[in-house]
Amino acid sequence: MKRLVQSVSFLGLGLTLVPSLFVFAGTLSLEHYKLMMLAGTMIWLCTAPFWVNGRKKNIED
Amino acid sequence: MTKNKLSLAEQMAAVNEYEREPVPPKKVKGFKSFVGMVASEHIAGTEFVIGPLFVLHGAAASDVFLGLLVGNILATLSWALVCAPAAVKTRLTIFYQLEKICGAGPVAIYNFVNGLLYCVAAAAMIGVSASSIGLLMNIDAPGLTDLYTSDPLWILIIFGIGVVITVVATFGFDRVSRFANIFAPWMPLVFLASGIAMLPTLGVNNVSEFWSVAETKIWTGTPVAGATQYTFWHILIFAWLCNSAMHIGLGDMSIYRYAKKATYGLASGFGMFIGHFMAWVASGILCAVALQEGISNPSPGQIAFMGAGVAGAICVVIAGWTTANPTIYRAGLAVQGLMPRFKRWKVTVVVGVTATLLACFPAIVSKLDQFLGIYALCASPVGAIVLVDIYVFPKMGLISNVAFEKGSKFNSIFMMAWIFSIVASYILYELTNADFYFFMAIPGFIAGGAFYLALSLVFQKKDYRKEVQPLTDS
Repeated sequence: MKRLVQSVSFLGLGLTLVPSLFVFAGTLSLEHYKLMMLAGTMIWLCTAPFWVNGRKKNIED
Repeated sequence: MTKNKLSLAEQMAAVNEYEREPVPPKKVKGFKSFVGMVASEHIAGTEFVIGPLFVLHGAAASDVFLGLLVGNILATLSWALVCAPAAVKTRLTIFYQLEKICGAGPVAIYNFVNGLLYCVAAAAMIGVSASSIGLLMNIDAPGLTDLYTSDPLWILIIFGIGVVITVVATFGFDRVSRFANIFAPWMPLVFLASGIAMLPTLGVNNVSEFWSVAETKIWTGTPVAGATQYTFWHILIFAWLCNSAMHIGLGDMSIYRYAKKATYGLASGFGMFIGHFMAWVASGILCAVALQEGISNPSPGQIAFMGAGVAGAICVVIAGWTTANPTIYRAGLAVQGLMPRFKRWKVTVVVGVTATLLACFPAIVSKLDQFLGIYALCASPVGAIVLVDIYVFPKMGLISNVAFEKGSKFNSIFMMAWIFSIVASYILYELTNADFYFFMAIPGFIAGGAFYLALSLVFQKKDYRKEVQPLTDS
């Protein structure tokens, strides 16, 4: 399960960066790039908190 | 009662940040904890201000890239070779280490200056975050010269951000670090992507065209009307010393005292090269696009929105959070040093509320650069004094932590060295007509260490040196 969530997170990071390369190459409009970047951002922000910091520790640990 | 069912106040009271004792070995943290924190801390909304500064002041492209490369290497080395080793050796905050050297009196002044500066800095970050949310909600941000804002929606946004930042900082280093880790990989990509995507607007359609456009349309070597000319040395000193209070001033002892090894200071390189290299270059590109489109003085929110749409605006909000979190945390430690009887978390709440209230007064926040400059003047000599006390004094038969050893509340030698070095560096600032106070951080650092060593050699009494053995507890 963790692997699946991580994969989705990395997909989000990919969507944040890769569309800009297509804009640079002239194959994607700025409007579509911004929408894809927003989608990537949402995917990352919604999935990363579940695994980025590893297992949650108690405060006293 | 189980750990999970502790009340909020009990949970906060259970957080021990070792404000007045060394961090125990079992509490030290791995390299990754520092990478996440510094990488996100040094990507702040203000990167959208500093990057454009180089464009507006007519820095040449070669000066920007070379100055940032050398300056950021020097900054990283300052953390790795100066700050982190001192932090790992003592495992104390700068505030308590300094108190042991100079006594409760002088350290109260230092802590007050620190607490005030951190509050203003955090307030600025809250303001930057709020400006971006305001942009998304179509609410006009107050002008930088407005004394206060009376828009209730704006105040609501400020307080919403202030609550998040204060709660995270109140839970201590661990929570600040974990919060930052979530955003650390994503934020740099937003900066990078927006820079890349805007290049065709400037006429760059393949990599080989970048340099010629960089020299003719971005970092042209010609300042805009009314701005001074920035050279290689401006860029280098900016990159090296804009955080001088944190590295050579030892402010980040508060963070690196948790490092397992002193080499973890190299983690700062991630913050420098992502935040103060890539992000400054990317925001410079965005500024050039804004200038091309007739926006002469773009705000961070405007630049980010232009380059990355809503994701860019979200990035500015989060960049403000992740920088303000450790800032409020440090402010809490500084003010707690003034009032050691009070719990750190309670002090941090008060500091967070203060920063949030300050954020409602843009005119105060707009003076941030002046506060930072004054702080750099004050902090650099202190860093040198602490280093001399830790490393040089034992080798010269002088007593380290002299106030602690004597039970004194006022180390007059420290005060003299501190005042002399601040005055000397300020005179140098006036004589050289430097652009920013923090350009004098290195002269102040050298003067502080030299004055303290010379005065201690003269005034530390020989009989006292014989009576008291050097401390070994840190």
